[in-house]
Amino acid sequence: MLTLSGRVISKSATLSGGNEAKLYSLSTNANLPNPLREKRAFLIKQSGPVPLGYLHYFVLPGTNPTELVQENSTYLGAEFSYFGDGDVVSLSPDGRIRSIFRADSNHNSILLTEQCNNFCLMCSQPPKRIDDSWLLKEAFEAIKLIPRETKELGFTGGEPTVYGADFIKLLHHSKSWLPHTSLHVLSNGRSFAEESYAKAYADVEHHDLMVGIPIYSADPSIHDYVVQAKGAFDETVRGVLNLKRHRQRVEIRVVIHKQTCDGLPELANFIARNLLFVDQVALMGLEHIGFARANIDTLWVDPIEYKDQLSEAVRILTSYGIHAAVYNHPLCLVNADVQNAYVKSISDWKNEFAKECEPCRRKHECGGFFSSGIRNGYSQSITPFL
Amino acid sequence: MSKFSPLAEYEPQAGQYELLPFKFEPLGDGDVVLTNFVGEFAFVTRGELQDTVSKKLKPGSSTYGLLRSRHFIREQGDAASIELLGLKTRTKYSKLRNFTNLHIFVVTLRCDHSCQYCQVSRQSENKAAFDMAADMADKGLEIVFRSPNPAIKIEFQGGEPLLNFDLIKHIVLQAKKINATQSRDLQFVITTTLSMVTDEILSFCKEHKIYLSSSLDGPEDLHNKNRPRPGRDSYGRFVDGLRRTRDVLGYDAVSALMTTSPASLTRVKEIIDEYLKHGFDGIFLRHLSPYGFAIKTKSYAAYNVDRWLDFYREGLDYVIELNKQGVRFTEQFAALLLTKMLTSNDPGFVDLMNPSGAGIAAVVFNYDGDVYASDESRMLREMGDTTFKLGNLATSTYEDIFTNEALLNALEDSFTLSAPMCSDCAFENWCGTDPVFHHAMHGDVLGRKPESEFCKRIMGVVRLLLERMKNDPKAKEIFMVWANRC
Repeated sequence: MLTLSGRVISKSATLSGGNEAKLYSLSTNANLPNPLREKRAFLIKQSGPVPLGYLHYFVLPGTNPTELVQENSTYLGAEFSYFGDGDVVSLSPDGRIRSIFRADSNHNSILLTEQCNNFCLMCSQPPKRIDDSWLLKEAFEAIKLIPRETKELGFTGGEPTVYGADFIKLLHHSKSWLPHTSLHVLSNGRSFAEESYAKAYADVEHHDLMVGIPIYSADPSIHDYVVQAKGAFDETVRGVLNLKRHRQRVEIRVVIHKQTCDGLPELANFIARNLLFVDQVALMGLEHIGFARANIDTLWVDPIEYKDQLSEAVRILTSYGIHAAVYNHPLCLVNADVQNAYVKSISDWKNEFAKECEPCRRKHECGGFFSSGIRNGYSQSITPFL
Repeated sequence: MSKFSPLAEYEPQAGQYELLPFKFEPLGDGDVVLTNFVGEFAFVTRGELQDTVSKKLKPGSSTYGLLRSRHFIREQGDAASIELLGLKTRTKYSKLRNFTNLHIFVVTLRCDHSCQYCQVSRQSENKAAFDMAADMADKGLEIVFRSPNPAIKIEFQGGEPLLNFDLIKHIVLQAKKINATQSRDLQFVITTTLSMVTDEILSFCKEHKIYLSSSLDGPEDLHNKNRPRPGRDSYGRFVDGLRRTRDVLGYDAVSALMTTSPASLTRVKEIIDEYLKHGFDGIFLRHLSPYGFAIKTKSYAAYNVDRWLDFYREGLDYVIELNKQGVRFTEQFAALLLTKMLTSNDPGFVDLMNPSGAGIAAVVFNYDGDVYASDESRMLREMGDTTFKLGNLATSTYEDIFTNEALLNALEDSFTLSAPMCSDCAFENWCGTDPVFHHAMHGDVLGRKPESEFCKRIMGVVRLLLERMKNDPKAKEIFMVWANRC
């Protein structure tokens, strides 16, 4: 588990001037040509002479940099020693540092807002009714600093489309600054029920853009209950239709828990009959974080108990030629017949194994657990492959 | 107080829903199947049907959720269900706008076989009398390329079309020449017994990517009995031709169709085993066509639809069993119906289309230049009935042919959504209309449904498929795979 944000040990006083966080692109290359140095911050990972001319210096513990200009440097704790070349970090005047982008990860997502018009029982990022548009502003900045060879970048929330036209601007901005980067957006899809919004989204003409939209049940009442918003199912489905009408790539994301597991096969039927043209259906395990912890009695079901419904859903989707993907499930809790759909998927910084898993010989194939699951409870049916 | 609301808060008010259009049909076991016009269906009890229509269905019950998600009922504010019904309707009928895809050239009526059930073939050395002439074929191609369809399939039939292979070559080369500037998705198929297939023919077929559609009626004795030819070696020639064709054209470039004769009726498993033995991944268990010699020889009267349905049921169950044992094998007639039952696609099978596929999905150019609305129409002609003759290539224009009253009336008068009994039938959305058959049997393109063997056959097969899906979840999964193969 990586610590994505925290406080610095000390920082130079000159930074405290403004009240907005500043973004830095980190470099560990001491031989960077001078014209590039003034745009990058140097990350000091080892002792020795410090190269001159960088915008800023971040110092990791255990190093003893010489000739460091103190007013231009920030000292970090050991929890940030994973920072590396190409990373983007945000440093706020009050000494808070956050990792925005990690160059050696394939799972980078930028949180755009914590506001949402759904209020999902299992939300891992509980929505807040506050103006956090500074996050969007920061995203615009970050995109300029992220390495242009980045393969994939996610936008998440909250609900990114609460920004309306500004979110579309962000997509245009990403297309301009990261022309070769695939984008993946997580949205509840409701905004796209407005066809003009779907059209504006399509008009970005991004070369590789996918939106992941949750549908939790074929029964509108159950979906609406899970997302705690009446009429959400209807808007979401119409949103998906509008996006596909404009030839956008859409992934349906289903979080499986006690309220949704029995309806999985019928949901698969619904998708096959009505939304055959979606690009992928992701069937995902529950993450024990956020609201899921508060609602754990309503939500928790041992995945071993719904393994047959999961298999049936995968078989239905696959029969119809729909790409099904099973995420966030330990390998020993699913039937062997879903293996073609099984994805080792949990973001690396969230993935861990339970102690029961130690002797397992298939750990390298396993999706493992959310770190939150290890902390907050997981299936008692974990059985290592020996 | 929790900041989360319970499920009941999101359930509809009792009795507030409205009914979307649906039809229903009782099943043998006391339950009822509901169907809607995009082909979705749901099994409910009689009581649930009563509750549904009298708006007593309980919100929160599984039936309520099922009927709402399958678009049989709708809450106020449900806009997506209407949008989806519209979308699926457009998808279902989307092939109509492409108009004619299949163009059949009867290049000769001559044949080396003298099958008892054959409608049209001739044992004759007289080429001039029964072969299509090259100039007639050229006129046919002019009509073919008037079709607005981006995909064009040209099928060569006979007789034995390989007896006039020179004309096939001419048509293929000519069609490709025309297509050089038209860029249609152009496919060729020869319907042949494979008895006359030579290396020269195969190499031409390979060069021009021509598929072969052949015939296999069952085990050797049955096949040879059904398909007499000098030397009584039809089966041997088929087996040899199949091997050589697969060698040259590729494994999947040759298919086989079976014809059901009275002698087949007790032997469905043997017939299916024969298909397995030759490495086919499916079989089309066909009914016996009533046309031509089949009627004359009383073969058709020799068994009725009920007997055929028994044969079909036994065969289907055997094929389901094979799949359960891990063999991927399809019963293709079921697959066509299942595509309509389980997806929004229409496989475009001529016998299962509404409006009828006659003329608009397929058109036949007979050896003498006469144009017919379907293969069956030209068979009817061999019985002396030219009702569905749409013109002649020598004298008729494209417009003459496709606006011919004989065609337009047949299409309009047989349209199932306005046909008595069809329009009320719960299986109408999966069925089709067959004006040529009903004309042949009842003297009227609409036909008399209570007496219609077509109706009885399709309804029988649909009931069988529904029963299997209702009672055997494994069979339903197998069917889903078939439905998506078409």
